[in-house]
Amino acid sequence: MVTIDNVSVEFHGTQRLLRAVNGVSLSIREGDVFGIVGTSGAGKSTLLRTINLLQKPTFGRVVIDSVDITCYSGIDLRRVRQKIGMIFQQFNLIHTKTVFDNVAFPMRIAGKPQTEIAKRVLYLLELVGLLDKIYAYPSKLSGGQKQRVGIARALANDPRILLCDEPASALDLETTNAILDLLKGIHRKLGITMLLISHEMSVIKKVCTRVAVMSEGVVVEEGNVYNIFASPQHSLTQSLVAHSLDLELPERVLGSAKGALVKAVYKGIKAEEPVLSDAIREFGVGINVLHGKIEYINDQPLGVLILNITGNEQGVGQTIEYLRTRTASVEVIHG
Amino acid sequence: MGNQYLLSLWPDFLKAFWETFQMLGISLVLSIDAGFVLGLLLFASDRGLFWENRLLHNISGFLINVIRSTPFVILLVLLLPLTQRLTGTTIGPVAASVSLTVAAIVFYARLVQASLCEVDRGVIEAATAFGASPFQIIKEVLLPEAFPGLVRGVTVTAISLVGYSAMAGIVGGGGVGDLAIRFGYYRYRTDVMLVTVVVLIIIVQVIQIIGDKIARDADKK
Repeated sequence: MVTIDNVSVEFHGTQRLLRAVNGVSLSIREGDVFGIVGTSGAGKSTLLRTINLLQKPTFGRVVIDSVDITCYSGIDLRRVRQKIGMIFQQFNLIHTKTVFDNVAFPMRIAGKPQTEIAKRVLYLLELVGLLDKIYAYPSKLSGGQKQRVGIARALANDPRILLCDEPASALDLETTNAILDLLKGIHRKLGITMLLISHEMSVIKKVCTRVAVMSEGVVVEEGNVYNIFASPQHSLTQSLVAHSLDLELPERVLGSAKGALVKAVYKGIKAEEPVLSDAIREFGVGINVLHGKIEYINDQPLGVLILNITGNEQGVGQTIEYLRTRTASVEVIHG
Repeated sequence: MGNQYLLSLWPDFLKAFWETFQMLGISLVLSIDAGFVLGLLLFASDRGLFWENRLLHNISGFLINVIRSTPFVILLVLLLPLTQRLTGTTIGPVAASVSLTVAAIVFYARLVQASLCEVDRGVIEAATAFGASPFQIIKEVLLPEAFPGLVRGVTVTAISLVGYSAMAGIVGGGGVGDLAIRFGYYRYRTDVMLVTVVVLIIIVQVIQIIGDKIARDADKK
């Protein structure tokens, strides 16, 4: 549906040439919720902006529905843009227009008839749950409400692609979750292809099906969100995932633990099997769970446990080997 | 005796008042339109905007600065040939309006540019992302978003014009300021001077109050 083919973006800085995006190729399928994650300055936002040519790539091509749009300009480009919705971190609503007029704006641009506009604005505001604010001005809305207006506006021309530029980064935690749930619901309901960028893995985890990890203008890892969480390869991905899972042990526990400290990751259906009790029975060791959680990513369970295994050396060794066969990955932290 | 002298000047006051209004009206209407277009051009030709054109941007910016740095009295004289061609005369309020308009256009253009720069770039970007054309962006985003600033700019320009119009009296433009100089200053009539100054203060105050009210009512931030 969207193909980014070897795209690079260069900026002429005061001192030197800055390459914000460096030879990125991605392919987004119809109906994907594709996340792009990375630290700030990684070039995610610049990359996202090449898709509707808010940022022209210096090299490479952007292909939408097998049509190369990279060289489009004028009316052709505007027609393409009308079919690509976009929401922004800072909402970017027109302050002097009411909620109604903000949502109607893209349709007026596209020259839709007045009656159709009025009907669709009502539908969209109901979809985002903001019908009661229809004649309010943006300054009277909370951050979450502003983003709801932003989402309704982005969907106005019934786009097939929705670009989300850090949609929840300016919001508090609770509102973030509400907005992400709304986006997820919209994806389920409309089947729209979405591209979402965020600096937080937890946002990606909540809504995305696929993810690309960016660092310094390059995609360092790409894949299914579940797999990326279960076995991150690149060091940046590992630290992002670890940060999201938040399984840090306090120093006191790390220092005083006897026996082996092991981090075990369970995938899919295995997360629901009684692996630990089997091991205790089999090898006569003690297993203490120091930390752990089961995450559900795209409705599949992913279990991460930090275990303290005590007992004789042979039993501990056998237990670790056993865990390796029964779980997705085992990492010995110490011992 | 003093009062009687003032009263005898009543027709002169009325005439001067009318002349000031003519000068203000003509130059303000023309300079708002032309100044807006010039200011918009200046803004939109800047880096990263829809009519990006460094050459146009720099040349128009330079020309504006040249006109703005020329003292108005000198501009008045320099523009006399143009005034003669346009109005057929160099005397009277209509003739004076030519140089007033030129000065006010460049003045207002800078104010327009400044208030357009205040418009959130993100909002312009959003409109671009939804496929708006430059004219749609101007009409639907820039104009409404910058409106309070544009109105405040008109207020400042109008008040500056009141001041400039007094100078236009020197080349026979007439008006309240001219009356103050001719009767109040040259004939040492402090009372005439006082009355004209009070009238000017009232004009300025009224313009300011109306401008502020319109700007405040339009401000939705």
